Amino acid sequence: MTGEPSSVSAGASGDTRHQRVAFALMIAIFALLPLVVYPVFVMKVMCFALFACAFNLLIGFGGLLSFGHAMFLGTAGYASAHAAKVWGFNPELAIVFATGCAALLGVATGLLAIRRQGIYFAMITLALAQMVYFFYLQTPFTGGEDGIQAVPRGRLFGLFDLGSAGTMYPLVFVIFVGGFLVIWRAVNSPFGQILKAIRENEARATSLGYDVDRYKLLAYVLSATLSGLAGATKALVFQLASLTDVYWTMSGEVVLMTLLGGMGTLFGPVVGAAIIITMQNYLAQIGAWVAVVQGAIFVVCVMAFRRGVVGEIAHWLRKPL
Amino acid sequence: MEIFGIPTQALFGQLLIGLINGSFYALLSLGLAVIFGLLNIINFTHGAQYMFGAFVAYLLLNRLGVSYWWALLIAPIVVGATGIVIERLMLSKLYKLDHLYGLLLTFGVALVMEGLFRNEFGSSGLPYPSPPQLAGGRNLGFMFLPNYRAWVIAVSLVVCLGTWYAIERTRLGAYLRAATENPQLVQAFGINVPRMITLTYGFGVALAAFAGVMAAPIYQVSPQMGANLIIVVFAVVVIGGMGSILGSVLTGFGLGLVEGLTKVFYPEASNTVIFVIMAIVLLIKPTGLFGTQK
Repeated sequence: MTGEPSSVSAGASGDTRHQRVAFALMIAIFALLPLVVYPVFVMKVMCFALFACAFNLLIGFGGLLSFGHAMFLGTAGYASAHAAKVWGFNPELAIVFATGCAALLGVATGLLAIRRQGIYFAMITLALAQMVYFFYLQTPFTGGEDGIQAVPRGRLFGLFDLGSAGTMYPLVFVIFVGGFLVIWRAVNSPFGQILKAIRENEARATSLGYDVDRYKLLAYVLSATLSGLAGATKALVFQLASLTDVYWTMSGEVVLMTLLGGMGTLFGPVVGAAIIITMQNYLAQIGAWVAVVQGAIFVVCVMAFRRGVVGEIAHWLRKPL
Repeated sequence: MEIFGIPTQALFGQLLIGLINGSFYALLSLGLAVIFGLLNIINFTHGAQYMFGAFVAYLLLNRLGVSYWWALLIAPIVVGATGIVIERLMLSKLYKLDHLYGLLLTFGVALVMEGLFRNEFGSSGLPYPSPPQLAGGRNLGFMFLPNYRAWVIAVSLVVCLGTWYAIERTRLGAYLRAATENPQLVQAFGINVPRMITLTYGFGVALAAFAGVMAAPIYQVSPQMGANLIIVVFAVVVIGGMGSILGSVLTGFGLGLVEGLTKVFYPEASNTVIFVIMAIVLLIKPTGLFGTQK
């Protein structure tokens, strides 16, 4: 997004020491957190953190606001749940298969969506996601309102029983960190630089000879794929794939996580996801107020807190995070 | 009597429902287009404001005994006024930023409004009776036409054409179009552009509330009534393009009819047909049927 002084100007300058320290801190926190907090909760945070990071790749570095990212989370969730439960896939195969499904959906919807920019892009992705939602609502394999329940976690590589948190947690941890590293690498690669150039000035990027649409599509598909990875993992963690994950409210939630944590920052989506999931956990008793509180956070963030939590810290430190 | 193996009663019945849905698509996409023209913001709150309008009518009737006809006037004024407050307090601070922030803000406001109404009234739909003057219907020979539905289609057409006339054929509309093209220049001519922007937003929001009141007797009044509708309306807007007022009206009615026909011939696809059309239009003419590159 332009208009706001971008907090991410480094990358090329090689000034990533702060980012490495922050990364080490994040690793340490997620490695130790299950000792004090309910592990399933932390796994949920990691799944959503990966989802938000993938979303942020598109908005924070490509300037493309997708309002339909739930379709990738939900599609991969259904795919991995179906593969694991009905076809009896091993968990690693189910996740790979589901991530592939999300990538394919990313190609199909991306080819349509990147034909328009700005708010049209947001409306188109929202509409496409709603179409996907209605599809899942009607096809029998998704179980409609019930979803796919009691998905077996299975045995990883046929060896490790994922039934307990002791084995599931490391898997989710590795997937999250792996996805995060892919995004980090992508952002600091020439590809990431070109993406930022397109965000700042699309016409100039075109005039410099870059095939803008191809880069946008690549970013979109990468984002979809990693969102799918998050969704596939989430379905195995909760042993459930349901319509909640494909509904537009989920697309709104990931926007909120990223906005709150800091759009265009590396660690912002992780922080945003942790805050929102924690909040939902504590507010669950008061039902519909969750939506009101989330809406209010949206308003406050847009009006007064556009850098987000991590963006503010980075601004204060004068270092990209 | 049958056409393509479909009883005419069913066919015309669905076409009528299509026209009714189309009326609401047209009214709502018209409001979105008017707001977008001047503010460059997609008003995500539009669906919530439509719902708000329906609830104002519901509360007026059940708490104060105020009739449908007064609600048709009062609800747009009330909701339009809240829209003006939103514009003055929040949206007006965002015009210098990326337009996406306006989208995010209005999305947040919509979440708050829908959440508040859900807390107060629950999720189930509340019935709102048709006004007694429009009860009953008439038999047209090939189908039965409820009076209220005929009224909705007629009024929607009149409001849409009236808005078109006001924007394209009056002096005020000329200012509006000029300000859409070049606000600085219009301001330099001594016209209060910020106030015009505020009033335009208020008018667009009032249109949504008006549609909400009209919808109350047809669909049930519920906190979610706007949320799903607005996504379809977004697709309608993408299909039509926001370049022209008449274009969005035509697209709205046309897509309502297409949706009605789909319900007759292939009901499974009736929820998705508009999105499929959107995809096809994006492939063939990305700017939309009536849109221009902007």
